[in-house]
Amino acid sequence: MGSWTTQNDARQRRLAAGGQFAQGKAVAVDKLTSFLEAVIHPGDRVCLEGDNQKQAQVLAQGLVGVDPQKVHDLHMVQSGIVLPEHLDLYERGIARKLDYSYSGPQSRRITTMLADGKIELGAVHTYLELFARYFIDLTPNIALIAAVCADKHGNLYTGPNTEDTPTIVEATAFKGGLVIAQVEKIVDSVPRVDIPGDRVHFVVETGKPFYVEPLFTRDPALITETQILCAMLAIKGIYAPYQVQRINHGIGFSTAAIELLLPTYGEALGLKGKICTHWALNPHPTLIPAIEAGWVQQIHSFGSEVGMENYMAARPDVYFTGADGSLRSNRAFCQTAGLYACDIFIGSTLQIDLQGNSSTVTATRTAGFGGAPNMGSDPHGRRHPSTPWLKAGEEANPDMAPALRRGRKLVVQIGETFGDKNTSLFVENLDAILLADKLKLELAPVMIYADDVTHIVTEEGIANLLLCRSSAEREQAIRGVAGYTELGRGRDAALVDQLRQRRVIQRPEDLGIDLLDADRRWLAARSVKDLMVASGGLYNPPSKFRNW
Amino acid sequence: MENLTFTLKAPKAATGTQKQALTGVVASGNLEVLVERVREPNVCEVNIATAAHGFAPVWQAVVEEFVARRAAGGLRISINDGGARPDTVALRLAQGVRLIEENAQ
Repeated sequence: MGSWTTQNDARQRRLAAGGQFAQGKAVAVDKLTSFLEAVIHPGDRVCLEGDNQKQAQVLAQGLVGVDPQKVHDLHMVQSGIVLPEHLDLYERGIARKLDYSYSGPQSRRITTMLADGKIELGAVHTYLELFARYFIDLTPNIALIAAVCADKHGNLYTGPNTEDTPTIVEATAFKGGLVIAQVEKIVDSVPRVDIPGDRVHFVVETGKPFYVEPLFTRDPALITETQILCAMLAIKGIYAPYQVQRINHGIGFSTAAIELLLPTYGEALGLKGKICTHWALNPHPTLIPAIEAGWVQQIHSFGSEVGMENYMAARPDVYFTGADGSLRSNRAFCQTAGLYACDIFIGSTLQIDLQGNSSTVTATRTAGFGGAPNMGSDPHGRRHPSTPWLKAGEEANPDMAPALRRGRKLVVQIGETFGDKNTSLFVENLDAILLADKLKLELAPVMIYADDVTHIVTEEGIANLLLCRSSAEREQAIRGVAGYTELGRGRDAALVDQLRQRRVIQRPEDLGIDLLDADRRWLAARSVKDLMVASGGLYNPPSKFRNW
Repeated sequence: MENLTFTLKAPKAATGTQKQALTGVVASGNLEVLVERVREPNVCEVNIATAAHGFAPVWQAVVEEFVARRAAGGLRISINDGGARPDTVALRLAQGVRLIEENAQ
C-alpha cells in the first residue's frame, strides 16, 4: 500500500523550502523570485489570481522573473489573462498549458500566441465553470492571490474586491496546495477576516495596492440617442410586460442607458417597485440615480468598482457589507446568483448570426467569456417559479401542460444595428467559427447560444424569439430588427409584416414609444459629474473619468 | 461632399400643420435634418449632402423604407450629414416627421 499523504507531504516540503526565505509567514518582496523558485515545482498547476477587475500583479512580476531552468512546464489555471506578464510566462518557457476564462486587454496577443503554438490551450471557460473545475480536475498546487492587508497569522483582508479569492483559497488550501498572498501591508489586526490565516501559508508585503481596473464605469456623456431608444424598448417592451424584478445587466452603454432611465422614464411608466428591485450586478456607477430614487432593494456583486467604495459603505441596506462597513463581493456566489436567482440577463455583443448565436470574438481577438455565458443561459436545474420565468416558458411552449412546463430565463441581447466603424451587429457567419478553425479548437467560442437567447433588441425594435415556431421564422425575426445592415435589407418584407402582426417583432410605434423621446434629456445623469452629485459626493470617480 | 437626391411617391401624406421643422446637429457621426412642407401631398423629396462617399445604396434603402413607413408625403427633406450611421439617420428622419406633425401654435 502506498502513501495516502503525498500531497500534504509535498506541502510540508514546500513549506520548509519557502520558510528559508520567510520570517514567520512574511516573505520580503526582494526575495520573492528566489522564494517562488523554491516552492514551485516544474509541472505544477498554478492559479495566479486575476480577473477582469483585480490583479495579483506583484506576484505575477515575481513569477515571470523565475529561472526557467528551475521552474517550467507550469499549467496555469486562472480567471484572467489580463497583464502582459500572464503571457510573458509562456514566452519565457515558464508556463506551458493554460485553462482560463477572460482575456480582454490581451485578446490580440493571446490569439497570435495560440496560433503560433506557444500556448497549449486546455479550454476557455466561463468563470463559474473554471471555479467548478478547481474542485474536480484543475485543483491548483499553488495559489498566488491578492489582498489589501494581512496580520502576522496570515488572516487576510481583501476589502471590497474579494472577488475570486475565497474560491481559489478553498480549492488550494484544503487539497494539499500552497497559498501565497501579496498584500500592501502587514498590520497588527485586519479590519475584517476575509480569508482565515490557517489557509494562508506565506504573505508578501509589497507596499503598494493590488491593481484594479474600473471596468464597469460607463460615462453617461457617451450614451447615444439610439442607445436610449434601445433602452426604452427594453424597459417598456420586456421589463414591464414580464415584470422582471430579479436582474443582471452586462457591461455596455445600452444597459447603462437602462439604468439611467429607470428613475425618469421608468418612473413615468409607473414601474417603480414593480421591476428591477433585486440585482446580481457589479457596482455600476450608472445605477446610483435609481438607487437614490428608491428603486433598488438589494445588490449582490461579483467584484467592486473603483470609486464606489464610500458610496456602498454608506448604503448597507442595498449592498452586502462586512463588519468593517465595506463591500464584500464574491464572484462565485454572484455568478451562481446570476444563474439561478435572476429572471433576466441583458447584455451587448459584437456579432449575432441569423439563428441568434452571438460572440464577442473576432478573427484576431480571443476575448474569452468571463461570466456572460453563465448568466446568459437558461439553467435547466432551476425549479422555483416566478412570473417572468413562467410567462417566458408559456410563450415558448403554449401547448404543454402548465404543471410540467419548464419556465425560461429571459436572455436578451441589446445593441445598435451598427457598431464601431459602421460594422454590422448582424453577420451571416460568426468570426468565432473562423477563429476556431484557425486555432484548431473543437468548439467555436460562442458567447450565447441561439437556443438560450429569448429576445434581441435594436433601435428597430424587439424580436421575441420565444414566439418563433420555425428556424425560418427565427431568421426573419432577426432580419426584421437588423435595420439597414446587409442582412436587415435582405429581409422578406411580407414575412416580417406577419411576424409584426403576431407581435414576434415589435417596433417602437407598436409599443407607443415616441421617437422624439429618444433624447438625452431623459437620462437621470448626463455625465460622470452628475453621478457624483447624485451620490451626494460619496462616489469618487477615478481620474480617467474626471473631465471637468 | 457627395450630393444625392431621391424623389419618391409617398403613400401617406404628412399630418399636422407645421410648415417646417429642424432636428439634429451637424457633427461627426450625426446629422441635421430640415423638413419643409412644400411638395405635393403624394411626393417626398430627400436631398442629402454627405461627408462620406460611396454610401448611395444604403441611403436609398433608408429613404425608401422611411417613405414607406412614415407619413412623409408633401415633405422636402434636406440632410446635412456628418457621416452618421444609418440607424442614426433613420431615427432623425422619423423625428423630423414627428416634429412637423405637431400643430402650429
